[in-house]
Amino acid sequence: MDCKHSSAKDSPDKDDVFSFVTTGNAIPFLHEIKHALEHLLKTGTESVIDLGAIPFAPGDERILEEILGEGEVDATLTIMGQSHVRETAIPGVWRVDHLDTNGAFQSRFIEITFLPNILKTQPEDAERGLATLTEHLGAIETIGKPPSGKPQGDT
Amino acid sequence: MANKPMLPELMKTHGVSRRAFMKYCASLTSLMALSPALVPRVAHALETAMRPSVIWLSFQECTGCTESITRSHAPTLEDLIFNSVSLDYHHTLQAASGHAAEAAREQAMKDNYGKYLLIVDGSIPLDNPGYSCIAGISNLDMLKETAAGAAAIVAIGTCAAYGGIPHANPNPTGAVSVSDIIKDKPIINVPGCPPIPVVMTGVLAHFLTFGIPDLDELGRPKAFYGESIHDRCYRRPFYDKGKFAETFDDEGARAGWCLYKLGCKGPTTHSACATVKWNNGVSFPIEAGHPCLGCTEPDFWDNGGFYNPLSVPAGDYRKMGVAAVVGGAAVGVASALLSKAGKAKAVQNHETVDAHDLEKSS
Repeated sequence: MDCKHSSAKDSPDKDDVFSFVTTGNAIPFLHEIKHALEHLLKTGTESVIDLGAIPFAPGDERILEEILGEGEVDATLTIMGQSHVRETAIPGVWRVDHLDTNGAFQSRFIEITFLPNILKTQPEDAERGLATLTEHLGAIETIGKPPSGKPQGDT
Repeated sequence: MANKPMLPELMKTHGVSRRAFMKYCASLTSLMALSPALVPRVAHALETAMRPSVIWLSFQECTGCTESITRSHAPTLEDLIFNSVSLDYHHTLQAASGHAAEAAREQAMKDNYGKYLLIVDGSIPLDNPGYSCIAGISNLDMLKETAAGAAAIVAIGTCAAYGGIPHANPNPTGAVSVSDIIKDKPIINVPGCPPIPVVMTGVLAHFLTFGIPDLDELGRPKAFYGESIHDRCYRRPFYDKGKFAETFDDEGARAGWCLYKLGCKGPTTHSACATVKWNNGVSFPIEAGHPCLGCTEPDFWDNGGFYNPLSVPAGDYRKMGVAAVVGGAAVGVASALLSKAGKAKAVQNHETVDAHDLEKSS
């Protein structure tokens, strides 16, 4: 398995002793992800798992980081604080972390999907974008026209 | 400002995109301890929900609950939820004072009679109602008057939910909880000393979107109080293996072992501290190395000492807690018994037991 060890240390010092405290929940959780990924491939059904609902110790987080690793996509969204949407080294498994404007976690999810929905442009936003673009083009056309209605430079 | 669809206008005013709204709904759903599959339903409920009038009454309390819910920086989920209600009376936060403040409360009650949400923090003195008054009105009278027109009541903090510290032995003011007085309205207890901010706002958000949440036998939302801290504690594996810290600075404490012998009340305490945590999810008392005090349970202040282990008898309350833990019975059942037997009488005599005695008795 080709996974990057982005946060774990090979030989932690004394202060890192808590990084090895585990609840034993990490491995069953990874099995749950595996089953969800199988389900995605067979039926196309997406799954979302709320990491806030699972008791994890620092050691569990470390195991999760090591096994899932980092993948090819790392997107940062700036919406009421940042959100980080990262594909893991297991394609189809994404980590979605929502932060507030102070950088504190609001919520953390594992999404088993081909593309997290929050990355897609939403129709309501696209409609707002169309209106904005139309307004800009209208303004440009207005600037480009003399008061008589003839284009500038057309003498 | 009450009784208008709340979010469409708010989003327009603040330039919030649909994508940001999706993020908000995802975090809110997590906050309410609901399944991520319910995010679309939460979004729909928020888009169509009316902006309710809220009246917040503070009685015998330390203002810790208000401090907790406001101790965050904009624009957090808490702020957005706060912006989603019309907070028509809160004598600590509002600019008005005296007659003007009371006039605001009376006007809100009149305009929204039968529809407003009443939030109460603090206990109510019954021995002499004059012990605690606001604008010359006793807490008892103000509660009865305001509760009469409320759609529901949220008792914020352990004082409002169970009497809390004012109710502790010898209870000099005759302090009681909201539910000891009001019997004809739905009451949601959100105990804690103080409650976790996101739990308070999560309960509020649940009321705004789906109405009264599922409650346990002590009137607490099951989403946040359905499991014991012990069940969700990351130190639980050490408890199961019998590895306990004996002092606050021994090898076991440094290795993160279970704090049971140091008095941790996690096994009999129902709260989301171990999963939601405090200070924007940074940590919770046990993670910081201190035993749980059990502040979301009735009579926690009289529960035989914060540093005495649960496994040693220390009065009626403690005996029932031990029965639940030792027997492996559902802690919720024990809590039901506690609510009936323990709520009425605080423990009078506490046996003094330390970890050394526990070792001898085990």
